Amino acid sequence: MARLIRTEKEVEGRFEEVWIVVEEDPLEQWPEGPLAVVGRPAPRKDGYERVRGEARYTADINLPGMLHAAVLRSPHAHAKVQKIDLAPALGLPGVRAAIAAGEIPGLVEEAGFAGAPVAAVAADTFAQARAAVAAIEVEWEELEVVLDPDEAVQRGALTDEPRRYERGEVERALAGADVVVEGTYRTQTVLHNSLETHQAVCEWQGDTLHVYISTQYIWGIRQAVADALDLPEDKVRVVCEFMGGGFGSKNSPDEYTFVAAELAKRTGRPVRCALTRREENTSAGNRNATIQRLRAGARSDGTIVAFDGEFTNSVGWTGWNASTEGPMRMLYDCENVRTVTFGAKLNTPPMKAFRAPGFVEGTFGLECLVDELAARLDIDPLELRRRNYASSNDGTPFSSKNLEECYRRAEPHWERRHQVHARSDDVWKRGVGMASQIWYGGGGPPSYAWVRLGSDGRATVITAMQDIGTGTRTAMAQIAAEELGLPLEHVEVVLGDSARGPYASISAGSSTVPSMGPAVRAAAADAKRQVLEIAAQRHHLEERVLDIRDGKVVSADGNLSAPVEEVVGLLDEAQILGKGARGPNPTGMSVLTFGVHVVEVAVDVETGEVRVERVAAIHDVGRIVNPLGASSQVEGGVIQGIGHTLSEERLLDPETGNVLTTSLDAYRMPTIADVPEIICEFVDRPDEHLTNLGSKGLGEPPIVPIAAAIANAIRDATGADVHELPISREEMLRALREAEERAREKDKRGAPAAV
Amino acid sequence: MSSLRLTVNGGEHVLDVPVGTSLAHVLRAELGLTGTKIACNEGHCGACTVQIDGVPRLSCITLAHTVEGEVTTIEGLREHPLVDAFVRADAVQCGYCTPGQVVSAAALVAANPQPTREEIRHAMAGNICRCGTYPKIEEAILSWQG
Repeated sequence: MARLIRTEKEVEGRFEEVWIVVEEDPLEQWPEGPLAVVGRPAPRKDGYERVRGEARYTADINLPGMLHAAVLRSPHAHAKVQKIDLAPALGLPGVRAAIAAGEIPGLVEEAGFAGAPVAAVAADTFAQARAAVAAIEVEWEELEVVLDPDEAVQRGALTDEPRRYERGEVERALAGADVVVEGTYRTQTVLHNSLETHQAVCEWQGDTLHVYISTQYIWGIRQAVADALDLPEDKVRVVCEFMGGGFGSKNSPDEYTFVAAELAKRTGRPVRCALTRREENTSAGNRNATIQRLRAGARSDGTIVAFDGEFTNSVGWTGWNASTEGPMRMLYDCENVRTVTFGAKLNTPPMKAFRAPGFVEGTFGLECLVDELAARLDIDPLELRRRNYASSNDGTPFSSKNLEECYRRAEPHWERRHQVHARSDDVWKRGVGMASQIWYGGGGPPSYAWVRLGSDGRATVITAMQDIGTGTRTAMAQIAAEELGLPLEHVEVVLGDSARGPYASISAGSSTVPSMGPAVRAAAADAKRQVLEIAAQRHHLEERVLDIRDGKVVSADGNLSAPVEEVVGLLDEAQILGKGARGPNPTGMSVLTFGVHVVEVAVDVETGEVRVERVAAIHDVGRIVNPLGASSQVEGGVIQGIGHTLSEERLLDPETGNVLTTSLDAYRMPTIADVPEIICEFVDRPDEHLTNLGSKGLGEPPIVPIAAAIANAIRDATGADVHELPISREEMLRALREAEERAREKDKRGAPAAV
Repeated sequence: MSSLRLTVNGGEHVLDVPVGTSLAHVLRAELGLTGTKIACNEGHCGACTVQIDGVPRLSCITLAHTVEGEVTTIEGLREHPLVDAFVRADAVQCGYCTPGQVVSAAALVAANPQPTREEIRHAMAGNICRCGTYPKIEEAILSWQG
């Protein structure tokens, strides 16, 4: 029976209460450990298509008669369009249509950042469209520009009300603490720079709009486009079979989709609107900069008695005020915690979710602060973390938490400190650092899947979700194969088209496997039940003695062993159709992911160069479906995190607010030459309270602790306290000088007074 | 428009395209060889890598009319053992950079069938992968002969 429930839904650390209908899901979880297919390494189902260049991305779609759109963007960080004249553009060769601010959603009359979209042109070629856009005449009224986040907070220029949290009595606890440490930590703005830029191709067929788009959320695009264009949702079809990276930046349609849809309508032809790389760097979203003013107090036995944090998120013109304070509230058992988080509204490009937004930044500040505390207390950093282990989330039990096991597995990596130190020389200092990880990743309903089983004994999972490159097709095929008792190569997955499958969740917030996996398993179980019913009747046996194993329907006594195709083959061309839905998350529990990184670095104390030499990443995300794909996720997160920590920074002109780093030579992402040795370990214990699968998400956790672990390793190597990301050579040399001065002061104070 | 004669994956093509058109654009838009990806379109990321006479070249900043040698794209390397090696090692996530990685790797192993890790890192440093599949790419190239 369908059951109506009220439940809490979480995506990227943001919660909302929603009504959902859940169908009964009586499936027991599978036992722990590798099964026949689930829990065993599987190469990607779509590996060959991708590697051979056969996979069709939005960028590869070339419809007959397709036009190309270009977008005019504001050169000013804050300005109003007084007058706009499209006529000069419309007269140019190849131009078919033009639209300006005010005509469609997404094109704005008040540009709040340099790069804000204000007009667009469709032409036969992209070069013609760009030339036409340059010919559009705009009269701008320039407005005051605010770029400094502290100034914005002082003036009350905020994205939302300051978010305040308090438990216990922080001031009293700090006053009574044996040791108090404080510090200001700053993180920079970084860019997703997915290799496929944001783009859409729109085509009208009758009154239905077909949207081919590089997206993480097919159904969110369908709804947003239908809303914006005032269409019924089933008049919008959204297709995304393959997409070239998103990392959180491709959850919404944005101007390029609306531009393509409207220009396609006006011209009666398909229209592509694709951002250039340079537009990608100015207008497609970012991980916002933060300022974190933190204090912590502890007793001499290592009990942390208070955390106090003031966080400012430089959100920009649009975006949201992510939970930078989250780790401080949740990672440790601390009675007294007070945080306030400001979202500064600035004339800078928009914040968008970027792989664990808020927690990446907040973990850097918190876990560096905890290491400073450990140094002051003269307690081993791993031991200090253990002494302050949180056994609940501020009173709410965890659905599962194996961070202690992660710490245990971290020990051999942590104990390498002595041998790592011994490899230091006069120039290269070596050290080891660690940091813990906490983040969401439990997924949630609704999500649906169908399973089709043909008379050839082969199954197809059908669901209108997207595979953003994380290996969704493979994980879903593994889950269905496990439940159906079929070999993996007999299961295909069809996804990527809202017209060809049921609703599926967003692929963000590490939610794909935990949201979709249980629905796929339920659909496979429904199909399997039907196969067993047919076999029972055909062979005059009771269903309860039957099972499917390795593609054969078998009886408990071993007398029956009939290939699935023989059983389903009775039906000729008929098919078995199973359907499944994602059940609710456990009520009254916090579903979170945990982990720890132990990092080894080498620091050149003469030039400030930092090299990450080894990363041990240990994560607890419930059951692992595909250990091979999971290790790829961890390596990818660690590497992206190393870029965030050491080399990546979007720079703005402090006078004008224009982005200075608009190309991939200026914006420096890691290459293969920057990669350390990476060791991945998983606790791999199903979360017994979470769904029929017990799996949490893994896309985001591995990027969360890396920056703090690197900074803590630098302190271990050199004694220098790094407080800012990226740890450029300049920042490294500053921290080294500061550490030297501190040491000199200490020597002076410690020396006997001159007589 | 100007006449262009191009040899791609062993086939001869005679085309009329404007002078100034990039090789990447000709391959994708004129010849339908969309395995070659364009990600930055200014020679910084390596996604558009093709071989010209066996040497890796950035097709997005190569003018089509200047090409004299034989062009090999990912479509010409689909049966290369590296393809199996990449799939086996999971050296692919979103896959957008992957054809370019395979083209670069194929040029490397043709010149140096048993490259060391250092040689792989040197030869492949021009191919950016934002998903961070690098460790698996290294493994795939080390084990390309099976």
